[in-house]
Amino acid sequence: MAEKLRVPAIQTITKKLTTGAFYAFFACLSLGNNLRASDTMVANPAAAPAHAEEKSSFNAGEMIMHHISDAHEIHFFTLNEGAADEKHYALYLPVIIKGEEGISIFSSSHFYHNKKEATAAGKHVHYGAHNGYALFHEKIYTAPNGELIFDEHGHPTNAQPLDLSITKSVAGLFITAFIVLWMFISVASAYKKRRGMAPKGLQSFVEPLILFIRDEVAVPSIGAKKADRFMPFLLSSFFFIWVANMLGLMPFLGGFNIMGTLGVTIVLAAIVFIITTINGNGNYWSHILWPHGVPTPIKFILVPIEILGIFIKPAVLMIRLTANITAGHIIILSFVSLIFIFGQQSAGAGYGVGVGSLVFMIFMNVIELLVAFLQAYVFTLLAAIYFGSAVEEAHH
Amino acid sequence: MLSAGLGTIIWTSVAFLAVVFLLGKLAWGPILKMIREREESIEAALQSAEKARSEMAELKNQNEALLAEARQERERILKEAREMKDKIIGEAKSAADDEARKLIEKAQTEIERQKNAAISELKNQVAGFSLEIAAKLVGRRMEDNAEQRAIIEEHLRNLSNGEQGAAS
Repeated sequence: MAEKLRVPAIQTITKKLTTGAFYAFFACLSLGNNLRASDTMVANPAAAPAHAEEKSSFNAGEMIMHHISDAHEIHFFTLNEGAADEKHYALYLPVIIKGEEGISIFSSSHFYHNKKEATAAGKHVHYGAHNGYALFHEKIYTAPNGELIFDEHGHPTNAQPLDLSITKSVAGLFITAFIVLWMFISVASAYKKRRGMAPKGLQSFVEPLILFIRDEVAVPSIGAKKADRFMPFLLSSFFFIWVANMLGLMPFLGGFNIMGTLGVTIVLAAIVFIITTINGNGNYWSHILWPHGVPTPIKFILVPIEILGIFIKPAVLMIRLTANITAGHIIILSFVSLIFIFGQQSAGAGYGVGVGSLVFMIFMNVIELLVAFLQAYVFTLLAAIYFGSAVEEAHH
Repeated sequence: MLSAGLGTIIWTSVAFLAVVFLLGKLAWGPILKMIREREESIEAALQSAEKARSEMAELKNQNEALLAEARQERERILKEAREMKDKIIGEAKSAADDEARKLIEKAQTEIERQKNAAISELKNQVAGFSLEIAAKLVGRRMEDNAEQRAIIEEHLRNLSNGEQGAAS
């Protein structure tokens, strides 16, 4: 429901701000998704009344958390919400679980269309159950007879198997990987074809960015001689993060929050940590373990801080990226929520606030387009600076 | 959102490392190489253009120097030619003057000589006539001897001296 309102405004902006090729690509993709969604859609009349009761009062926090969290489906919109013929239009993603009995693979639609109700810590809750597993708040639990047992805080006590599902973020990750691979392999072939000539088309769009990463990020941070070694990672991470962020801003795609998923950014940060640690030279380690020109008593304070710093630096990278991208989504969703909060008072208030919200949403979305680029740049720049400090030669 | 599921971590590692590996092999290497190649070729082209331009300037300078030199040479040649002309004309003039003077001198001496010859001829004739006249006057034929001739010549000389004295 929120998606429906958010979409036209965002669409207008993104149309203007993204290149034609990009837009056409995403439009095709979203069309394909919608077609598939209608194939997989299943009405669930049994769950509808309970659902309607719960949704009677709008809970902004729940709605926002639902939208920014990872999910096992890509939800586009719901028709006739609360009515008997409620229809969910969603792309149900494959669930892959490695449990004690081996690997089981099935569509997540089984979870979403096989709802069970329970009472946890005095609250009425529902969860999906299928094939000996249960999905509660997008987490999969082992439930041999389809029953979840809740503790006094409302958390299930059942065991959690290894969930290797292609979740929304993982699907977004794959789409991002595909786009980035397609983009740069075709650009590389363009370079081979037009050897020594001026860039053309997509090539001329990405070349300034590649040069920007090389000349403004890698070379000043690492040094011209050693920068080449880190270029593949820096370029890949920059474009990967940027495309993933842009994907999250695309309308109709179900609102991916790829770089706002901690599981994704933790991997990027871990890779930065590993590269920094492996490439750290004697100078780098001596700076951390026995800093020069510092009085000995201070060293005992400084060294633990420096050692912690090794881990804090990548952790900061991870948190900054996740928080920034998620924050952008939360702000836009908050403006959407405003409309519904006021709409509950009276329809007029809803419409009135809606106009203002829309203006702010457009504004925020433009800012988010900038943030998408900026965060990719900041991540790459900081990674380059960390690599640079690891390979820096002593100059005392 | 704030839970990092192991599944997501595994899939992200697979997807991202695949991207880094594949792009590193298929895209970044060739792209960066081509960009560097092109930058180098542009650099080389710019340098050679700069070189060509300086060479051009040098050539132009050389040309100008040559031209100036040629102009000087022409001036010099012209001056020399003018001097030569003047000299030749002067020489010719002086030669012609000399020649004319010589001719005049020659003519004058010739005239003098002729005059003297004519005068001596005239004197001889006058002496002859005088003798004849004297003979006739004396009535006898006088021997045309040297003594008599000498007397006449003496008279004539006196006569001519008197003439010359009267003329001067």
